[in-house]
Amino acid sequence: MGRYVARRLLQMIPVFIGATLLIFLMVNVMGDPVAGLCGERACDPATTAQLKREFGLDQPLWRQYATYMGNVFAGDFGTAFNGQPVTELMAAAFPVTVRLTVVAVLFEIVIGIALGVVTGLRRGRPVDSGVLLGTLVVISVPTFVTGLLLQLLLGVQWGWIRPSVSPAAAFGELIVPGLVLASVSLAYVTRLTRTSIAENKRSDYVRTAVAKGLPRRRVVTRHLLRNSLIPVVTFIGTDIGALMGGAIVTERIFNIHGVGYQLYQGILRQNTQTVVGFVTVLVLVFLLANLLVDLLYAVLDPRIRYA
Amino acid sequence: MCGVRRVRRGACVLAAGLMLAGCGGSGGFGGAGVLTSSWGDPQNPLEPANTNEVQGGKVLGMIFRGLKKYDPRTGRAENMLAERISTPDSRTFTVTVKDGWRFSNGEPVTARSFVDAWNYGASLRNNQKNAYFFGYIEGYDRVHPAVGRQRADTLSGLRVTGPRTFTVRLGQKFAGFPDTLGYAAYAPLPRAFFTDHAAWLRAPVGNGPYRIASYTKGAAMTLKKWSGYPGPDPARNEGVTLLVYTDNNTAYTDVLAGNLDLVDDVPATQLKNVRTDLDGRYINTPAGILQTLAFPYYDPRWNTEGARKVRTGLSMAIDRAQITETIFRRTRTPATDWTSPVLGAAGGYQAGLCGHACAYDPAGARRLVREGGGIPGGRLKITYNADTGSHKQWVDAVCNSINNALRDDKACVGNPVGTFADFRNQIGQHKMTGPFRAGWQMDYPLIQNFLQPLYYTNASSNDGKWSDPRFDRLVDRANAETDRAASVRLFQEAEKVVRDNMAAIPLWYQNGSAGYSSRLSRVTLDPFSVPVYDQIKVG
Amino acid sequence: MPEQPHEPGGAIAGTGMGGPMDLGASEAATLEEGAGGPTGAGPADKPRSLWSDAWRDLRRNPVFLLSALVIVFLVFVSLWPSAIASGSPLACDLAKSQDGPGPGAPFGYDGQGCNVYTRTVYGARTSVTVGVCATLGVALLGSVLGGLAGYYGGWWDALLSRATDIFFAIPVVLGGLVLLSVVTSNTVWPVIGFMVLLGWPQISRIARGSVITARQHDYVQAARALGASDSRILLRHIAPNAVAPVIVVATIALGTYISLEATLSYLGVGLRPPSVSWGIDISAASPYVRNAPHALLWPSGALAVTVLAFIMLGDAVRDALDPRLR
Repeated sequence: MGRYVARRLLQMIPVFIGATLLIFLMVNVMGDPVAGLCGERACDPATTAQLKREFGLDQPLWRQYATYMGNVFAGDFGTAFNGQPVTELMAAAFPVTVRLTVVAVLFEIVIGIALGVVTGLRRGRPVDSGVLLGTLVVISVPTFVTGLLLQLLLGVQWGWIRPSVSPAAAFGELIVPGLVLASVSLAYVTRLTRTSIAENKRSDYVRTAVAKGLPRRRVVTRHLLRNSLIPVVTFIGTDIGALMGGAIVTERIFNIHGVGYQLYQGILRQNTQTVVGFVTVLVLVFLLANLLVDLLYAVLDPRIRYA
Repeated sequence: MCGVRRVRRGACVLAAGLMLAGCGGSGGFGGAGVLTSSWGDPQNPLEPANTNEVQGGKVLGMIFRGLKKYDPRTGRAENMLAERISTPDSRTFTVTVKDGWRFSNGEPVTARSFVDAWNYGASLRNNQKNAYFFGYIEGYDRVHPAVGRQRADTLSGLRVTGPRTFTVRLGQKFAGFPDTLGYAAYAPLPRAFFTDHAAWLRAPVGNGPYRIASYTKGAAMTLKKWSGYPGPDPARNEGVTLLVYTDNNTAYTDVLAGNLDLVDDVPATQLKNVRTDLDGRYINTPAGILQTLAFPYYDPRWNTEGARKVRTGLSMAIDRAQITETIFRRTRTPATDWTSPVLGAAGGYQAGLCGHACAYDPAGARRLVREGGGIPGGRLKITYNADTGSHKQWVDAVCNSINNALRDDKACVGNPVGTFADFRNQIGQHKMTGPFRAGWQMDYPLIQNFLQPLYYTNASSNDGKWSDPRFDRLVDRANAETDRAASVRLFQEAEKVVRDNMAAIPLWYQNGSAGYSSRLSRVTLDPFSVPVYDQIKVG
Repeated sequence: MPEQPHEPGGAIAGTGMGGPMDLGASEAATLEEGAGGPTGAGPADKPRSLWSDAWRDLRRNPVFLLSALVIVFLVFVSLWPSAIASGSPLACDLAKSQDGPGPGAPFGYDGQGCNVYTRTVYGARTSVTVGVCATLGVALLGSVLGGLAGYYGGWWDALLSRATDIFFAIPVVLGGLVLLSVVTSNTVWPVIGFMVLLGWPQISRIARGSVITARQHDYVQAARALGASDSRILLRHIAPNAVAPVIVVATIALGTYISLEATLSYLGVGLRPPSVSWGIDISAASPYVRNAPHALLWPSGALAVTVLAFIMLGDAVRDALDPRLR
């Protein structure tokens, strides 16, 4: 086990280098970032040349990358075009986004799995159809619209929440944004749990557990759910990173200055330093999340072992 | 589909409810006498000569006062710090700075405050994006050469002649020069700007009616009224808190909920319901912004006599009245010339100059396009950037209008480009094959600013590389003319050259819009579509 | 997570906890028969595969028939939109912007004054093609790669899993702007290719997880002990038992791919105008939901019906593949 984790952590090094290189190249392919810096008019050639020199954009690509990586290992992720160090942007954005993601994942776990268990046990009943309908609405109505309507309804008409999240972004303020962010994933988690539960409901061990008179609650939580969770845990694991980096719409609607927004801005403004910095951290989040998921496999299903 | 229908009914109930919903309550972060206002993160560090967009401009307008100030109502350049600007020949100007002005850190504003600031702004090594503003001044080519290293640190045309006087010598005659001096790039700077630049950037110090109390990049800026402000236009409120919104729709919703006092630039999607939502607390004022479609004259197909007819025909195929009414809810006005109504008739705005070429006339459009040999390349592609502003909507509407007029479903299509940088890149590399979006926000309210940078041969924003010697000659003469009225007339003559060639299709004049909470009164927008913060009363 | 239970019930919950390798070959074979073994439980002279069993089940399942009917209808509309809608989806009159239903326009008009009904009908081709092809591509690529990783483990798993880590980290916006902005083709295929490229890691993860669970099952160990080849084990024993989560995720993803196409168009890198699709119409109508909900309702509704049909289809297929239901 310990060796397995160590090996996985070691694998982070090539992934880290590969991902940064890939993102670095991708941002670079997008073209010349200086062109957009002077508003609706072209920067004059001298300023353009000077800016390029300052950002190091006049160097060959491999040298830009080498310089960048050298700086990264020295703890310097560069500066954004507005003169702010990228580390400062990250320090401002990541805590907020982590909180938002935690809220969203909690919703997925609590509501998603609960609905999944209920619908899985009562397949074909009204509650199952009702949840299916909700799923369809969530999938076919854009997050943008659900977010907007919730914001208007709860924020303006009923006054239950503030329509926008304050810069501090405490957990309490993030409940509605978290729910909106989690909505599509909720659909996945619910359907996955439902299917797994329905499949395992007919397993021998469940029948045995029921037959020997265990309380229904115990059968469901201890035996049925535990054996049904692997696909769900896998999904949530893959979703954590997606929620962190892809909350662009939710963050915009509720004015949350998080990772999604910074990343989006960085990409549109072709700010290599911002984008590579943020994505690098996201890659690390993915690696850890997936490691955690793999370890959870062994907890959920003791037959799975890691050498 | 009852689930979906439920959503629809919900939306209707919601819309009805909002009309009834009062929007009282005190404005969120404000506090007594302090108003909160929506803001966007400035793209560049807040140096006066480095700020070329509205959000940074908002702050500069509050913390700086220049030699001139544009009257928020009329747009006329009035003396502010300038006691007197005199010239014998429209080329050498002697500036006298008023006595008694100070920066909010106590330092007096002198002639040197201006000259040092301008030299800093012009110097190539400082990467100031508005450096070209100093291009009129003699010696600019040595301080900021087009290629290579700079050969001088200061502009030879600037000379301090006394504690409060300095002279400016221009590279050529430009009678309107004093009127450009209200632009933020010409603001004076305190010594602290040069001695401890990093600290200054964290909390900029200026000489305007407000001073910056705190600044959290990417989140908020708190400005307090500067009680020692010596100028004639002190703030009528205790301060302004600018809150960064990544989407002005959220800011609008916050105004509805009573968490924000002022949102400028009401989102287009809310315009249909804004009057009922805000119970009339909505303003919609003309601003010096003109939207046009520019053409690539480096593409020989667009640079022919036939293409001139096609351009005129296309202009006539656009139903500007319908589009400004439906898409923009009258926050745009159909354009009938190439300037802006904020200039006023005396300033050179001439309603109807475009004549029938800007009036919707499908039959005439079809005839002209046919006579001109049809659309070059067979299909009109209007290029725009997809990432900022909702350009897709009006481009689609313009295309639909052209398609309907030309009776061809596919005559015109939008051609989105992913990022603004890429859009500018493609323009800079002359890759356009058809019309492209061109928006012009005036830097200062002069007709010169609407014509010269855009249509003069090789001018800084002449993206389509249009060139006409008659136009250039008229502009040169207009700039040299010392009599203002005569100068304006010459510029209008030049504008007629633009019209006769349909060098760019004028679409509409853009307005500024804002919505505000019931705590505020006297809310106005200046001709640059920026709220006049110092005039707003709270409570 | 509950602690590993220690009472007897818990032991049963983890059948074969002692390690499947302890099982003798004969015991394993019996077990497989007992579980209604996926490998031909029928008489030896009349071998029926799991898949033909499934097909027989499906034909009698009303849920399957209904969803198939909807899908056939969608295909029909995609191929011949003019059969049920007159006029051009590109004919728009701004004067009718956001108007309600009128003659020839039962669903009303959108913000640009286009006929919502016509556009919804004509949008089916693009949207259904994008949704179905992207889903199929993602599901195939993802489950093959993920399945192999889960089954073989080791360096292949490490390599693939780390590759998915990197792919996950590429922001859609960045990927779209980089990969799609160079494409000039005006067909749906670059968009679909892009979705497959960025979408497979998710299915791959899910499939890998399912296969890791399934390969521990007694019948798999038994089959291996009996000397079955890897491909046989994967296809006959593991695939039917591991496919359910993949189907679930894929059917939901189908809807999100249809929406993603609109996101890409919105970014200016998806389908070029004058393409018509539900996604484009949904994203155009979304900001106006307060003033003109009908323009959002119909394309969204069409998307919902499509997703519903595929979810039901997926459910039916999954049930048909589950031998415990027989």
